[in-house]
Amino acid sequence: MVISDDLWVQAAAFVGAGFAVGFGAIGAALGEGYAAGRAGQAISHNPSLSDDIVKTMLIGQAVAESAGIFALVVAMLLVFKDVEGESLLSAFAYLGAGLSMGLAAIGSGVGSGMPAGAACEGVARQPAALSTIRTNMLVGSAVCQTPSVFGMVVAFMLLFIDWADRPFWPTWAALLGAGISTGFSAIGPGLGNGITANEATLGVARQPETSGTLTNTMLIGLTVAQSTVIYGFLVSLILLFIPKPESMAMVAWAAPLSAGICMGLGGIGPGIGEGITAAYAVRRVARDVEQNVLLTRVMLVGQAVSESTGIYSLIVSLLLIFVV
Amino acid sequence: MEIQGADMVRAAALLGAGIAMGLGAIGPGVGEGYAAGKACEAIGRNPKEAGLLTRTMLVGQAVSESTGIYSLVVALLLIFVV
Repeated sequence: MVISDDLWVQAAAFVGAGFAVGFGAIGAALGEGYAAGRAGQAISHNPSLSDDIVKTMLIGQAVAESAGIFALVVAMLLVFKDVEGESLLSAFAYLGAGLSMGLAAIGSGVGSGMPAGAACEGVARQPAALSTIRTNMLVGSAVCQTPSVFGMVVAFMLLFIDWADRPFWPTWAALLGAGISTGFSAIGPGLGNGITANEATLGVARQPETSGTLTNTMLIGLTVAQSTVIYGFLVSLILLFIPKPESMAMVAWAAPLSAGICMGLGGIGPGIGEGITAAYAVRRVARDVEQNVLLTRVMLVGQAVSESTGIYSLIVSLLLIFVV
Repeated sequence: MEIQGADMVRAAALLGAGIAMGLGAIGPGVGEGYAAGKACEAIGRNPKEAGLLTRTMLVGQAVSESTGIYSLVVALLLIFVV
């Protein structure tokens, strides 16, 4: 039995759609469930405020949902993609698109749920600061979404750029590697940002008058924690847009695939770790705002050390792409 | 397509390098971040000891870094030596 290229591409598009919405649904669902759980707890402490708490929960859940919606959009595009006349390379581009979007949505979904839960708790404790709490929650959970946006951008590039003029060997591995790199490396920063935004939102609820300083410290911490997904995105761009000459050797495809796996997995740990660092720093700033400068400095030193393994991964990836 | 033995071994070594460094980076990243977070908390409680606490944090992180460096060494060996 001979199966035409079209059919392989169609099959890969369907599997890619499954990856996208399957992985993508994990994060948003967990995050929203977590927010709902804490909202319930908050209502049990202060039932008279249930309206405000439920509204806060719904706003927070809507932001957490967006990662799932991105994944759904990519899955829909893959399901209804017209594959007639596509080259076999498109099959790997579609698998990569599904992995990139699906994996990237996990961290963002869970992460965005955390500040939403914290905001519900905060509203129950400090109803007067409702709008300040909600603002901080929205800033934090919006930043949590950026890793999934990186995943979506890579998925769109894989979906809509015509790869047919590239040689099949070894380009297929570069396309798959590009999806894996951004997809996995987005998990860590998404989760880490959520941990930080959670503490910042609780801090604003504790001392609403310090919200400006707290939001600033939070944003500095979040930005540093984002860095590994940016490395992952960078490796994806290099894999996608620096073409390699045709080669049937196994080394030629093992290197780009391995580069994607290396940077992807390597981005998870530092993203989470730097988020934890920023969370403790923000928590202490919320108790004593005077120590803001000292704590920001210590936080940045600690995050820089925690970043090192992410940088090792980037170096090994670049070696695999350019030196081997 | 005929697969050459040496080519296959080299390809496996490259894949191994990526997996080694990728997975190896997870633990130190989280661990060092936690150490730094706790140091921030401790300095927040007792700012006078900031110097001592920062030093302790860096020593702890350096030890926690070691497995990341092992991964890096193994990855580089797999790429350049094997």
